[in-house]
Amino acid sequence: MGGGGLMSASALLKLTGLYKNFGGVQAIQDLSFELAEGELLGLIGPNGSGKTTAVNLITGFVKPSEGEIQYRGRDITGMAPHKIVRLGIARTFQMVKPFYQLPAYKNMIIPLYSPRVKQLAGGKYGDRDAVALDLLEEVGFERDSFVAYKSASVLPQGYLKRLELAKAIALQPDLIILDELFSGLSLAEVASIVPIIEKLRLEGKTIIMIEHRLKELFRIADRVVVLNYGEKIAEGQANDVMQSDAVKKAYLGAEA
Amino acid sequence: MKKRKERIDRGIKARSGDIFALSSWREMLYLAAPRLIPIIGFLLLPLILGVYWQKVLLSVAVFALMAISWDILAQTGMISLGQALFFGMGAYASGTLNHYWGWPPLIAIPIASVIGGLICTAFLLPVLRLRGIYFSMVTLIIPLMLVRIVEATKIFGGTEGLTGIAALPSRWIELYLIMGALMAALFGLRRMIGSDYGLVLKAISDNDRSVINAGINIYWYKTQALFISSCIGAFAGAFMTHVYMFVGMPVFALDYSIMPIAAVVVGGPGTLAGATLGAFILVPLSELLRGIGGLRIVFYGLFLVVFIIALPEGIFHYVQRKYHQFERWVEVD
Repeated sequence: MGGGGLMSASALLKLTGLYKNFGGVQAIQDLSFELAEGELLGLIGPNGSGKTTAVNLITGFVKPSEGEIQYRGRDITGMAPHKIVRLGIARTFQMVKPFYQLPAYKNMIIPLYSPRVKQLAGGKYGDRDAVALDLLEEVGFERDSFVAYKSASVLPQGYLKRLELAKAIALQPDLIILDELFSGLSLAEVASIVPIIEKLRLEGKTIIMIEHRLKELFRIADRVVVLNYGEKIAEGQANDVMQSDAVKKAYLGAEA
Repeated sequence: MKKRKERIDRGIKARSGDIFALSSWREMLYLAAPRLIPIIGFLLLPLILGVYWQKVLLSVAVFALMAISWDILAQTGMISLGQALFFGMGAYASGTLNHYWGWPPLIAIPIASVIGGLICTAFLLPVLRLRGIYFSMVTLIIPLMLVRIVEATKIFGGTEGLTGIAALPSRWIELYLIMGALMAALFGLRRMIGSDYGLVLKAISDNDRSVINAGINIYWYKTQALFISSCIGAFAGAFMTHVYMFVGMPVFALDYSIMPIAAVVVGGPGTLAGATLGAFILVPLSELLRGIGGLRIVFYGLFLVVFIIALPEGIFHYVQRKYHQFERWVEVD
């Protein structure tokens, strides 16, 4: 499936020569890659290799020092983050960011209040509470258990990650960026979230996954990009990439 | 044998939560009382109080509005230490309209509220990006700065202030205007805070990046909250200008910044009703303590400290809980 990524003309997202330095630290150096519509790209690399910075650059939370980001052929470099979301790019945060004072389903009201949702619905909002409960059920808040009515402050990590995913899905994005969605989850929890991601793919969503759980990622990813010290050191099919000497060295440290 | 306190919703709360509220007068009263009692209280109080306590009531309502104004900002994550800015801007705006152009108070007050609101919003617009203590510091400084500007440039009467400002037509119009404004602000804005729009405001204070991540422009929402809040503060200031028939540098005094915060802390944040309740306790208390002279501020401060330690959630949250739930001790082993 997929694989190639040679579709320059139809690329959904295109990063060209991105640089980002924080003070003297080069967080991202000359990063370029493309993403075709409907593709699932894994973004991997050791801790501190610049994966989250790359996501922050794409979503506009951090402005690049140099380089260009194109989405659907449009230059979105340096655009305000809320405007990028309105174009159809949604993300989850590695450190979950729920509204702790609110019950889970009320957390969903915020993305459902988004101008993007209003625009896609033809200028009118629906019954937000009902939509919120439906979306939460989709990501595994069992309706019988009333867990959707519990305050976010008492929910276990597994549910907070699901809530984070549901908040991204609520925006009806075309590109979803999942920043370490699986971290801190048990194998069983990961296994229950994978079908949700596969369902999103069937719906035609394009997905970028940052992940340390490589085994789970490789099962669903079309292609991976490997970062180390802010530089792209490999790109391609998961199995090929892991055979590369540069990747082995980055992950295992010493000469491999 | 250990014991644990258990809180359970009262039966009447469950019964009145749905269409069953119509089953009896008791249930309907249970729902209506929290609104009816304050409304009737606001309407009757001016009639049963003497002239001196009527003045106190006036002051209570003004500080209640200031506290509501502070609470709305705080709910949106902006902790203001300079409510006096809003108060003073409204006061000077209304004073100017009346003093220089002779506009009657009943026209000058609403227009000054909007003008004051706009000016304050414009003043704080550049610092909306600041968070936490940095925003607070700026709000603290601006009113202090304005006092010096008025003093140095002698604009708007300089240190003398503007005198001879027209009063409202009568004491009763004065009282019912401010009580009406308080009721409108309290119930109207409570509805706003409870709506999905209010939820967005609260979410900004809780986690602003997550709100941005929903494609919502938080600075636009913060601006709206700031405008609403500063209009209310400016209204309070504009109103007081016509009560004192004077406007001068004292309108930027620290009292107008600190008292609203104390009222919200005592009453309970986040509900606006708590802010109002706080003002209804603190302002009369401050009047009663006037008798002990110099030690007044000591007792007042002591009261606040004891209060914050004993009931940190605020009176309103406590009363609300007691109204809806009962408590009992259950044994756990």
